Amino acid sequence: MKFQIEDVTVCFPYDHIYPEQYSYMVELKRALDAKGHCLLEMPTGTGKTIALLSLITSYTLSKPQGAIKLIYCTRTVHEMEKTLAELKLLHNYQVKHLGPAAKILAIGLSSRKNLCVNPNVLEANNRDSVDAACRKRTASWVRALSAENPNVETCEFFENYERAASGAVLPPGVYTLQDLRAFGKEKGWCPYFLARHMVQLANVVVYSYQYLLDPKVAGIISKEMQKESVVVFDEAHNIDNVCIEALSVSVRRKTLDGASRNISRIEQEINRFKATDANRLRDEYKRLVNGLALSGNLPGSDSWLSNPALPDDILREAVPGNIRRAEHFLHVLRRLLQYLTVRLDTEDVEKESPISFVASINNQAGIDQKTLKFCYDRLHSLMLTLEITDTDEFLHVQTICDFATLVGTYSRGFSIIIEPFDERMPHIPDPVLQLSCHDASLAIKPVFDRFQSVVITSGTLSPIDLYPRLLNFHPVVSRSFKMSLTRDCICPMVLTRGSDQLPVSTKFDMRSDPGVVRNYGKLLVEMVSIVPDGIVCFFVSYSYMDGIINTWNESGLLKEIMQHKLVFIETQDVVETTLALDNYRRACDCGRGAVFFSVARGKVAEGIDFDRHYGRLVIMFGIPFQYTLSKILLARLEYLRDTFQIKEGDFLTFDALRQAAQCVGRVIRSKADYGMMIFADKRYSRHDKRSKLPGWILSHLRDSHLNLSTDMALHIAREFLRKMAQPYDKTGSSGKKTLLSQEDLEKMDGSGMQERLY
Amino acid sequence: MASGQVSKRVKFKSSVKDPGTPGRLFLTLERLMFKPNSPNSATKLNMEFRFVKNHKYTKEGSNKAPMLNLTSSQFESYDDLHVCKECVGRALSKTGETPKPIDTSEVPSEQPSTEELLLRMNMLRENGELQKLHKRFVSDGILTEAEFWATRKKLLGGNFSKKSKQRTGLKSFVLSDTKPSTDGRTNKVTFTLTPEIVREVFAEKPAVHQAYLNLVPRKIRCVDPTLDMEADEGDDYTHLPDHGIVRDGSKEITESQHEQYRRTLSQELNRHAAVVLQGTPIVRYSCEIKICNLADEEQLKDTQTVAEALKLSKQGQNASNEETDMNTNQDRLSRISKMIEIDDLQASSDLPLAPLSIKDPRDYFDSQQATALKNSRDTSIGNDPVKRSLSAEESYASLRDSISHVKTTGLVNPIITPEAAVKVLSVLTHNISSTKYDIGKNHGLSFLDTLPNTIKEELLYHWTSLQELLRHYWSSYPITTAYLYSKVSRLKDAMSKIDSQLQELKESVQSDLRHQVTLLVRPMQQAIEAAMQHHDAELQKRSARSGERSNGYT
Repeated sequence: MKFQIEDVTVCFPYDHIYPEQYSYMVELKRALDAKGHCLLEMPTGTGKTIALLSLITSYTLSKPQGAIKLIYCTRTVHEMEKTLAELKLLHNYQVKHLGPAAKILAIGLSSRKNLCVNPNVLEANNRDSVDAACRKRTASWVRALSAENPNVETCEFFENYERAASGAVLPPGVYTLQDLRAFGKEKGWCPYFLARHMVQLANVVVYSYQYLLDPKVAGIISKEMQKESVVVFDEAHNIDNVCIEALSVSVRRKTLDGASRNISRIEQEINRFKATDANRLRDEYKRLVNGLALSGNLPGSDSWLSNPALPDDILREAVPGNIRRAEHFLHVLRRLLQYLTVRLDTEDVEKESPISFVASINNQAGIDQKTLKFCYDRLHSLMLTLEITDTDEFLHVQTICDFATLVGTYSRGFSIIIEPFDERMPHIPDPVLQLSCHDASLAIKPVFDRFQSVVITSGTLSPIDLYPRLLNFHPVVSRSFKMSLTRDCICPMVLTRGSDQLPVSTKFDMRSDPGVVRNYGKLLVEMVSIVPDGIVCFFVSYSYMDGIINTWNESGLLKEIMQHKLVFIETQDVVETTLALDNYRRACDCGRGAVFFSVARGKVAEGIDFDRHYGRLVIMFGIPFQYTLSKILLARLEYLRDTFQIKEGDFLTFDALRQAAQCVGRVIRSKADYGMMIFADKRYSRHDKRSKLPGWILSHLRDSHLNLSTDMALHIAREFLRKMAQPYDKTGSSGKKTLLSQEDLEKMDGSGMQERLY
Repeated sequence: MASGQVSKRVKFKSSVKDPGTPGRLFLTLERLMFKPNSPNSATKLNMEFRFVKNHKYTKEGSNKAPMLNLTSSQFESYDDLHVCKECVGRALSKTGETPKPIDTSEVPSEQPSTEELLLRMNMLRENGELQKLHKRFVSDGILTEAEFWATRKKLLGGNFSKKSKQRTGLKSFVLSDTKPSTDGRTNKVTFTLTPEIVREVFAEKPAVHQAYLNLVPRKIRCVDPTLDMEADEGDDYTHLPDHGIVRDGSKEITESQHEQYRRTLSQELNRHAAVVLQGTPIVRYSCEIKICNLADEEQLKDTQTVAEALKLSKQGQNASNEETDMNTNQDRLSRISKMIEIDDLQASSDLPLAPLSIKDPRDYFDSQQATALKNSRDTSIGNDPVKRSLSAEESYASLRDSISHVKTTGLVNPIITPEAAVKVLSVLTHNISSTKYDIGKNHGLSFLDTLPNTIKEELLYHWTSLQELLRHYWSSYPITTAYLYSKVSRLKDAMSKIDSQLQELKESVQSDLRHQVTLLVRPMQQAIEAAMQHHDAELQKRSARSGERSNGYT
């Protein structure tokens, strides 16, 4: 369908549209018009992504003079694939209805590991090894060497790509990672470098959050993005966590040991070069005097992770004299390692601000703040000079330099915490020195400053006024949308008591109570016998899940569950989890039915949809609070209280409930879909907890469903499932339209529309 | 066989207990002959098939010896039996073509297995109504046992329809459930292992799993890319070793000494479920015979062979996987694009299926009732209400067409199409069932409920009986065999009995109830009447035809 929002003709790939999608587009357009940032919360299952993509692509088409680039950030690669698939659908529709003028170039970008097609490189099994294996074949000096010596292995895909030069372009279209690989294979061009090149030209780029938020990656990938871009962070409810993680480093004993080995190896290399090619080191020295530390004009294949500090904080000046010489720099690093080793050898927990930490380094190791700040770039330059390609071997020394640069750059919003062991396991010594960032606004600030519109959107952004404070920005539009109802297709319930009427909770003093564990098990046993197809269970942590599964196994409850449905479990091994998920879906597809055990805050909760028959019921066992005794969390809470006046309790509850809402929100995909959500913990019945759930869940949560026991929940579930099996009118009844056709939209002008809906 | 003659080595038994005389059985289309191996044995047989009225044979798969119960010959194998069975069957059908006296003793010759019998008994015990019906018809000889159950094949469960379309999966049990048993006297421990368990052991347990993993490519490219969480690691730059926040409480800690145990349980469960899901029938494996024979202890030792066979079969699957890799990829992609579409925003794609609409059956009948009652009043059953306004020419043309059609192709067999029969039946039963719930229902109470209990029960009883009889009656048409002929006449008698009983009932009730009872009874009587009419018409047609034919033939 095609319709008009003010001056923009929106081309939407379906015959109908939900009213909230329409309103979402209207608000989004306002933000684009104002060239400002916006914050939009819309329930899952209302087609956020397609609404967003339709509006932005249509907006660009209607404004041919100033082409706007869309930078779409997803949290995970599989979400990237999903988004690109939706975009492909939209693109096909637009080209069909608007002609070739609507053609765009959209690509997904990921690391070499996901894009490489060279079988020799792909043999390496982790990202860093793939990167190193690629560098080993594509670094400029390696290629120069191979010109003389044919025995030096290069990558034919890269060579072909280089040979094609400016001819190597992608024709318009939408390319998923798989498409890129296929295209690369067909043409014989390296898909990774082709994609990196095309990022500058593409109309739509879909990649991971970290390509914008983590300065190490953003520095190389997103450096040259134009200001006239719309940046979208989808599923952004955890964006503050991504931001603070991007700027945090931790150092363990093995890091220090590894770094020390790395330094010895570098020293050998230096000596080797001194004997054979002393000029090279002298040239480097001269470069450093001129402040050319950052390799702006390096060939693409030589670049590696960029400086961990944010671009605005890096001073463009000459590298300090005391680390210009390679040997001197190594001395500095050695002293730093020594100092850190001493600090790590502590009996007590220590917490320090960066300022006092830097002062103490200066006193005891004689390294000043400016030197620390340049460590990372100095190392980078040295490794290029020494032509080191197996960069994956040098991760430890990189970590140390990351740490030094960050601690030398930032004086506020961070703290250094040294713990001799984990609080939860005091008997195992595992000292760790952590530089932890508390201020999410630091990492995202350059994004807000650089791009004209940043859209932060998710199904769970409640309370919506908290995010501008956490991220320190001023949205021009901040809206939370409700779901227009065709029928009550979601059924949230709060289960406070088990089948024996005793309260259930994962509260610290209750979680290991055998009665609670049994009641949780009984709940699941009852549910698997009445709910068809897929059921998803979320636990508060891996350790709790493992414990409870063991207990259920011993008491025979697991066997009862398995009589009805197959059981699949998320483990910390991603490959195993992926296979388990694939099998889970197949079990649901073939009608066998299955249960998936997963963890809140885990990988599965983050981005896997359990829509339609893949999830008819989701049970959230407990409230997924963070471990409140963690020193880092306490430091962050303190910072939030002092800087943003956010109370500790409020933040913890907010954080726990956004995770819970995220977990249960995975079950619904459209209004034709339906699903039940059980919050199994007595604490959910309290107003202060419950009220932090997003509005679209709360509006379905009836008062009579707030204090249920297992048998009552079972009864409600049966009724609900029977009701959902009835045919219904998809366009909505009783006066309120929940599905709009093109004529409906034409009949009402924008303002009338708004009044009708809200 | 081609010449119509079959000879097989058999044992001839004059009775079941007879040890049997070894010899050869010769079968031709006209006669069967048994020659004993020892020439001085007395048991010889030479008879014509037209004297054989019935043959029975042992079902394959039962533990009994292969027998053909003409005169009890025991065969050496089932294959032999099959060949002979076929031959006998053809011979018998040939003799059946010649006119012969009506033989009521002929029944469908399938012997129920013991499990089926048990199931039948159970059902009778659990279902009182069924028991009553069974007693009334089977004990009184109106229906035979087999006929009675033939219409209830579905009730007996899919277990007995051997060609179930669904692939049977594995039972989901945990391996630790296989508990050893001891005999208490010796140190011997016995595990009872079914072939499924054995297969699961090999599929789930690490050693074999290891062998399997060696064959699986490390990259799991075949997985749905929207699920591929491994790919995420490629873009995860915060969790470089030692980057990001390690110990803020949201991340997990791993207690190294317990790690092993915990991981194994989760992994075991995952692997178990995957194996169950795969649930390939055991026959596919080349190690089939070995596994089936695992009862022998000697074979148990030979686990390596089994493991290797399993490995080989997996390898075979993998090899074929690579070939079909492109196709599966394409499939997955199209599935993803299907998945991302939002169902209710687009015009529904033309699915060949009707939407599932499960309603309360009571509601359904209530809503149907008003119209049904009205219809039953103003249209008499049997009349076609659809189209009556045919002109004379039209009907003449149609008649001529059908006559010429019959002339060229002969009368179609069956004479009445099954669809038509079903339609008649459903119209009839529909009226009955809707009348069962009376108009009184509108006042909150079914009229049936207001009747005295005895009358009500009698009515319901008659209704169910009639239902049963009608079902049998209409399913016997067209009458192609003498057996069906006798069945129909039996059924007809039983129905006329019910008819008269209904009449009596109608007359016996008090006058204030009579009208309502009549309303209830009328559709039943109409149904009976329709059946009778059909029967008479059929009979006339038959006699007319047979008269013609006898003229033509003789």
